[in-house]
Amino acid sequence: MTQYLVLIYENEQSWANADEATYGRILGEHNSFGEKNGASLRGGNALESTMTATSLRKNASGEIVATDGPFAETKEALGGYYVIEADDLDAALAVAKQVPANFGGVEVRPIREMN
Amino acid sequence: MRITRDFDVAEECVQDAFAKALASWSQQGIPANPGAWLTTVARRRAIDVGRRRDVAIRSQRLLITDATTFDREPDTAIEDDRLRLIFTCCHPSLATDTQVALALRMLCGLSTAEVAKAFLVKESAMAARLTRAKKKIAIARIPYRVPERAELRTRIDAVLLVVHLLFTTGHTSPVGEELSQVDLVERSLDLARMLHILLPDDGEVEGLLALILLTDSRRGSRVGTEGEFLALADQDRSTWHRNSIDEGLVLIGDALRRGRPGPFALMAAIAAVHSSASHWDETDWSEIVGLYDLLIDTWPSPVVALNRAVAISFAEGPDAGLRALDDLSAEPQLSAYPYLAAARANCLVRLERWDEARDAFAEAAMLTENNVERAYLQTRIEELNESLRVPHDDGPQ
Repeated sequence: MTQYLVLIYENEQSWANADEATYGRILGEHNSFGEKNGASLRGGNALESTMTATSLRKNASGEIVATDGPFAETKEALGGYYVIEADDLDAALAVAKQVPANFGGVEVRPIREMN
Repeated sequence: MRITRDFDVAEECVQDAFAKALASWSQQGIPANPGAWLTTVARRRAIDVGRRRDVAIRSQRLLITDATTFDREPDTAIEDDRLRLIFTCCHPSLATDTQVALALRMLCGLSTAEVAKAFLVKESAMAARLTRAKKKIAIARIPYRVPERAELRTRIDAVLLVVHLLFTTGHTSPVGEELSQVDLVERSLDLARMLHILLPDDGEVEGLLALILLTDSRRGSRVGTEGEFLALADQDRSTWHRNSIDEGLVLIGDALRRGRPGPFALMAAIAAVHSSASHWDETDWSEIVGLYDLLIDTWPSPVVALNRAVAISFAEGPDAGLRALDDLSAEPQLSAYPYLAAARANCLVRLERWDEARDAFAEAAMLTENNVERAYLQTRIEELNESLRVPHDDGPQ
């Protein structure tokens, strides 16, 4: 079995515009997803919005400098993730397809095994 | 090979005629008029399916796989391995270009250099791309197996698209001197035959094989004695390859009998209507339009709509055709598609709107990347210029 990271990318503006009912519904979807796929899940979290992020980079002099915001500004922002375990990519995709991503989509990436 | 252009557009581009736009795939008529088609097909049981199968198996290259087991009946083991390999090479998580490159390398046994040539890239670049693909297959664990029943239909359709793309690229090579790249056509035919042997009861697989056979049957007639492009209307049909046509007709008959036809079966049916006409003037255009109506339901794509519009121009006249074509003028997918301009040009010629026709031919010539097609269009422009050069009684010459 291999572990995969399922990264959830969604439009933050859509989230901001969502009313409480929508918010509640999506939360419910994540709960259902978790219940249904419990056997495959190894972890997962929602992230606070990108405006709360701080990025660290080396500047020209080699010093680490902090800047406000995510590492890269993208149309859809990273909003959460799940760690799943599956026999192969098809099995991983079958689970990943069920991850609620109302305002965007997901990326599925294998986690490197370190020996 | 412009693999990276829009996939849908490439899919539908299995046409011979540029100017008169083969748009031959028509859809229609078959449900309304089952007699005409099926009886013709039923009468043509010229080819013995079993014989074909044996010949096809003998002529297949042996697949090179790492883990070929022979503890079962050799044929079954090879066929299972081939199927697994096909589905692995054509996995949706790989880019389409990559799927095609892998199929050529792993299924058709082309060397890396040959695959590079097909893509018009350096051998080192293709080697790197293939290596990356194999790495992805390994690291992301793309499984080496035939997909589950629930996914099989979508996965088969994806494989058919790859094989079809290979064929259309070879058949009407968009870039370069020669009109077609015969090797790619042969490879696509090999793959389609392989799929038919492995999945003998699939109507879409039959449809694709029939489509390739019927379209390729015209190979010998598409280019004239001076290397000039010949539209479907101008081709010498006596040079069409009868065996391919007969085999294609039997296949499409089988496919249509399986119930609701999918896009490949419909496209093959349209090609078959052309193949059944001994002369351009005998083409049953209203049957073709009907088939296109069905096709566009299943596959609502601008290129299908374009082909349908051209069929309408022949079934109902150039005015109706032009109206249907003008409906497509705002389609972004067709904005760089030479066939739209060429189709308009032909309707305009038939309506004797010479200046507009010439402009449309010029636009098409500018958009095509195929030298043979461009030469054809230039010829049409020159013809128009000649007939428009009406000498004036007054004024300097």
